[in-house]
Amino acid sequence: MSGATPAANSLYSDVIRDRWRHPRHRGDLPGANAMAEDVNPLCGDRVRMMLAIAPEGRISEARFVGDSCAICTASADVVADLVSGRTRTEAAALEVSDVLAVLQAEIRPTRMRCATLPLSVLAQALDGKPKS
Amino acid sequence: MRLDELTRRDFPILERVVNGHPLIYLDSGASSQKPRAVLEAMNRYYERSHANVHRSIHTLGEEATELYEVARDAVQRFLGAPSREEVVFTRGTTDGLGLIAETIGRTLGKGDEIVVTELEHHSNLIPWQLVAKDRGAVLKAVPVRDDGTLDLAALDRLLTARTRVVAFAHVSNVLGTITPAKEIIGKARAVNALTVVDGAQAAPHMRLDMSALGCDFYVLSAHKMLGPTGIGVMYGRRAVLDRLEPGRGGSEMIKEVWIDHAQWNDLPWRFEPGTPPIAEAVGLTAAIEYLEKLGMDRVAEHERALTRQTMEGLSRIPGVTVYGPPVGVDRGAVVSFAIEGLHPHDVAALLDAEGIAVRAGHHCAMPLMRRLGVVGTTRATFSVFNSPDEVSRLLTTVAGLRSAL
Repeated sequence: MSGATPAANSLYSDVIRDRWRHPRHRGDLPGANAMAEDVNPLCGDRVRMMLAIAPEGRISEARFVGDSCAICTASADVVADLVSGRTRTEAAALEVSDVLAVLQAEIRPTRMRCATLPLSVLAQALDGKPKS
Repeated sequence: MRLDELTRRDFPILERVVNGHPLIYLDSGASSQKPRAVLEAMNRYYERSHANVHRSIHTLGEEATELYEVARDAVQRFLGAPSREEVVFTRGTTDGLGLIAETIGRTLGKGDEIVVTELEHHSNLIPWQLVAKDRGAVLKAVPVRDDGTLDLAALDRLLTARTRVVAFAHVSNVLGTITPAKEIIGKARAVNALTVVDGAQAAPHMRLDMSALGCDFYVLSAHKMLGPTGIGVMYGRRAVLDRLEPGRGGSEMIKEVWIDHAQWNDLPWRFEPGTPPIAEAVGLTAAIEYLEKLGMDRVAEHERALTRQTMEGLSRIPGVTVYGPPVGVDRGAVVSFAIEGLHPHDVAALLDAEGIAVRAGHHCAMPLMRRLGVVGTTRATFSVFNSPDEVSRLLTTVAGLRSAL
């Protein structure tokens, strides 16, 4: 079999598939001055977010590493995308709906934690406290 | 006739269509489906005989008590336990292991040692961590070798005069490894340690004989062996139960009570505080009778064939890794695998889209995942109702997944 199965097409949007195969922001960020790491207790997935924040509070670059599923990886990649160039305050105001809008996918309740983990790690990186 | 041909129609849930496909349920290791006989027995009990057990002096109370205690006899028979007083009902395996850890824990002192293994389910690890922390005891683990078996030479080194407990799984819920229980029990005995066996994955799939095994404790869950959720069994060897103080207090487990002390009830009720899961006990009886009618040796043979078919089929698919003991080594009805480039959760979601239910993740065995160097695996587990055709469907679907995402 080659290419995506109909099942995969209904489960994962093109955005998720693309960012899972080719994430733009995956890898270490040697110059990071803010970072956090957390796990999804349901599956053991782990994501680390690294931010390079300029003195005036603007995020110049964001990268992530982790061992995670397609939804979580794509979500982390989108989060890194969205925060780049924004101020700490703007980044902290990011909502799950912002990420889901980019992912263009119907995330089922059992996988929602996969989508939200990177955002929660971002919040921890920004203020050292988990986002509720 | 194959076992699945014989049993399939007894499981109403197998008529379900999931995501446009007939359900293929390969997650019995997490919780099995229930035959109609179990559901009907529980319904009948609630519709005709329900009351509280043991102290109700009326007809329904007597019927309920009788049905509850009949379940104990069924379990005694199923386990090959020497006496019914050794069969204690719990809420499940986790509850049973917690009860044992708390109860034995009270007898432990600073520097006493508890030995577990690297392949334990968290349910047989965390209670011992809590006990070790509480009592100042030392927790050690027998390592797992690359082929998924336990390093028994290491066990020999870990056992000392201070070893008080050796707790281990009879069958690994991740790798399917059947541990050499008798040998481990013999070694533990030699240093006078108590033995606790987690039988959650073994009880549904093989003939058990407590007398021959010789362990001090054996625990299981009804819901993994065609029975209902909410009830489990703690078998405890009488000589050990007799000298242990009850782990938990409440009604039922006492004979006489004063404000400042109490006299404990006889076995097994000493370890069963509160109103027990009565309907669930009735369901467990029906599940045991169902398995007995099939014959546990036949059950084991059927599941062995499915497991072998799965392992051989998966091994032939490029990019698929199968974990645990190789084909040819007997294992429980468990096959964990990985597909290169795909995360286990995505594998499970893609299989679900084809109506195939498997489990994915760390399977509550994070130390073992760390040992394997993975965050999780995808796991197929089998029961009496699964067919070779279902395994073929799994294999075909897995073969097409690598390019699916």
